[in-house]
Amino acid sequence: MKLRFNRKQLCIPYAAFLILFVIVPLLVIIYYAFTDGEGQFTFGNLISFFSSTNTIGTLIYSFALAITTTLVCLLIAYPTAYILARSHFKKKYVMLLLFIMPMWINFTLRITALKEILTAIEGNIAAYPFLNSVIGMTYDFLPFMILPLYTSLLKLDNSLLEAAQDLGASKIKVFLRVTLPLSVPGIISGITMVLLPSMTNYVVLDMLYNSTYIMGSLIGSYFNSFDWNNGSMISLILLVIIFIVTLVTNRFSDKDDNGGREVIL
Amino acid sequence: MQKFKKVLCAGSAIAIAACSTLSLFGCATQSEVVTLRVANWEEYIDLGDWGDDELIDIENQFAENPEDGVFGLNSMVDDFVEWFNSNHDYEVEVEYSTFGTNEDLYNRLSLGDVYDLVCPSDYMIMKLLAEDEVEPFSESFFDTENEQNYYVNYASDYIQGIFEDYGWTNYAACYMWGTTGIVYNPELVGEDDVSTWNILRNTDYNRQVTIKDNVRDAYFATLGIIHGDELMSGVTDDERSALLNDTSDQTIAAAEDMLKQIKDNVYSFETDSGKADMVTGKVLANYQWSGDAVYILDEAEGDELSPTELWYSVPDECTNLWFDGWVMLKDGIDGNEQRKEAAEAFVNFLSRPDNAVRNMYYIGYTSSIAGDLVFDYMDWNYGFVFDPSDEEYFDEELTEVYEYNLSYFFGEGYTLYADASVLDLGSGTPETSVELLGEEYGNNIEYTVYRGGEINRGRQLFGQYPTANVIERSVVMLDFGDKLADINQMWIHVRCLDLMDYNPVVVGIVAAAIIILIAALVLYHFRYRIFIRQYKPRKGYKKIEA
Repeated sequence: MKLRFNRKQLCIPYAAFLILFVIVPLLVIIYYAFTDGEGQFTFGNLISFFSSTNTIGTLIYSFALAITTTLVCLLIAYPTAYILARSHFKKKYVMLLLFIMPMWINFTLRITALKEILTAIEGNIAAYPFLNSVIGMTYDFLPFMILPLYTSLLKLDNSLLEAAQDLGASKIKVFLRVTLPLSVPGIISGITMVLLPSMTNYVVLDMLYNSTYIMGSLIGSYFNSFDWNNGSMISLILLVIIFIVTLVTNRFSDKDDNGGREVIL
Repeated sequence: MQKFKKVLCAGSAIAIAACSTLSLFGCATQSEVVTLRVANWEEYIDLGDWGDDELIDIENQFAENPEDGVFGLNSMVDDFVEWFNSNHDYEVEVEYSTFGTNEDLYNRLSLGDVYDLVCPSDYMIMKLLAEDEVEPFSESFFDTENEQNYYVNYASDYIQGIFEDYGWTNYAACYMWGTTGIVYNPELVGEDDVSTWNILRNTDYNRQVTIKDNVRDAYFATLGIIHGDELMSGVTDDERSALLNDTSDQTIAAAEDMLKQIKDNVYSFETDSGKADMVTGKVLANYQWSGDAVYILDEAEGDELSPTELWYSVPDECTNLWFDGWVMLKDGIDGNEQRKEAAEAFVNFLSRPDNAVRNMYYIGYTSSIAGDLVFDYMDWNYGFVFDPSDEEYFDEELTEVYEYNLSYFFGEGYTLYADASVLDLGSGTPETSVELLGEEYGNNIEYTVYRGGEINRGRQLFGQYPTANVIERSVVMLDFGDKLADINQMWIHVRCLDLMDYNPVVVGIVAAAIIILIAALVLYHFRYRIFIRQYKPRKGYKKIEA
């Protein structure tokens, strides 16, 4: 007797997973977000989010932190990825490995080490909370920016660059008119992978003693004080923001190039 | 042959399976196993596995047979199971789990996790009591005639009295207790500065003091600052308690402002990292619970790289007297008499003085259990050494001792002589006398003995058992009740960035930049639909792909 599965049956495990761990939790969040403590339907949580200068302040602070982190990551990662992809180093895979390797070490461990290094450099790390948070998150998320950029630059067709140079473009112009536009999918993919997690990764902030809340810590704080309704509403708002960002960035990365995600997986 | 092997394998597998099923059934019919589900704080019980040199041998009599002395060979939970099963006609097994905060425990309970016995703090016990979730202890638990009722027989009268005052006696059995205060480095922090909660906002220690990252501890210290003048001007116990359980809207608003000020001054809001930061010298002072304070003091002086002598201070305004106690839950016990008996036996086993000492040694906190063994252990740990033959600890240079009075906890007459240099005698004026205290060891040194006075700062002994004058200004912080939501909201206001604190122009520019950025991305996304319509083929025509 041979076991045979058709495609539909093969989908069952995934569908079960999807329903149990994505759909149902989402419905629970939506339920809590639009009810009050007694289970009555209400828009109060939504209104209270947008009417408080604290929550809006936290949203802006999270965005500011995430955007700064993403920009710093991009500024560091682009030249690195460019050199790795375009140079003729014999050992470039070893170099690439060196960039990926930190990801294999538990990140709390890495941040603890970073804390000691920053203390040695700055003296008292509590004096620069924003700077330290950006450094910590950059350290944490840099590989996620390098890898998509690396793959998109690696796929760049050399003949296009040669053609541009043959037609008289300077090196800078080649970069601006050919290399950069062609690496946009990689950039966008990297931005998605850094921007979104860095809006909620409050563990880094906690460990580096930034005592100002970001979205993630705000949600945690509501859940800790048994206020699941407001906590769910903020999670939902964050979800909507992430959805919008993904929607916008999707058009760049839904080509055949998937932005180097396969390297990570 | 091959086939035969397969048959043999299959046969033996079936046989094994059958045997094991049979034995399972056999077990079940002979005696029932009661499962006790216990939830305790992380690192809050002796897990055993002590090194040989860790034997607590007060009278030097157990060197040959360490298992007879106070020694953690196995974990406390395993020892309980063994002890219980050896003197009951049914068996118990313990499902032991841990939680990190009271809120974590409460969330788990409301999500439907079932436990029989949990160990929350005072205010959470009140909350659970108010919600009618706590199973009262049975009458036999309070029977002082029964030798195995270690809790009622050995728990300090002082602790039992407080539990009686608050009406918790029938529902909760105190496990550990302590005060809150400030751990500090005496070489770098002035005594006047640590004698008040104001150190948290003292700009002389800008970014060099830590505070606890939970609203209750932070709020307590803030009340100590806000009501500081009243607290220092002589108040009755009731007034003090009222001031430190003040949750009026006005006070909450004042606390918010104060905490914002503190937030800009402290090094960090910490849940656990403060211990390491204090030991490594990253901070000079650190808001702590007494048990963790003792741990930090031990760690800092044992630090191999840079041993430091840290002290523990209880601010003059007030200190939070806190308790962690065992309560049984109705959901878990569910009317099962055997399970209830096992839960009560667990509490009693932990309350047996030798087990209390084991836990105290292992976790550094102070047990609610009094009794001679616990006192002897404290004396063995912190008592002054008059015996010249004890080469390791005797020091003839030390001639000043303080008569440390623990009668409030252990009962009348329980005092021990402590080295006066581990206590700050400066703030009160103790009586002095000169006595020969070591005569029984042939020691003729004349000791200066200090008695009474007020001790507000000291080392491990003071952390473990505060002096009576500290007890006088200690206050139990009750559950916030209806005000919980307001105070949590206040906490969120403190921790979140508030737009009102910033120049509206700056806020506007940042907000506008973010909105423009998002808008630009959205517009870019839809640019073909909005701006460059001509790229779309006209109706009826098809775009030809290149």
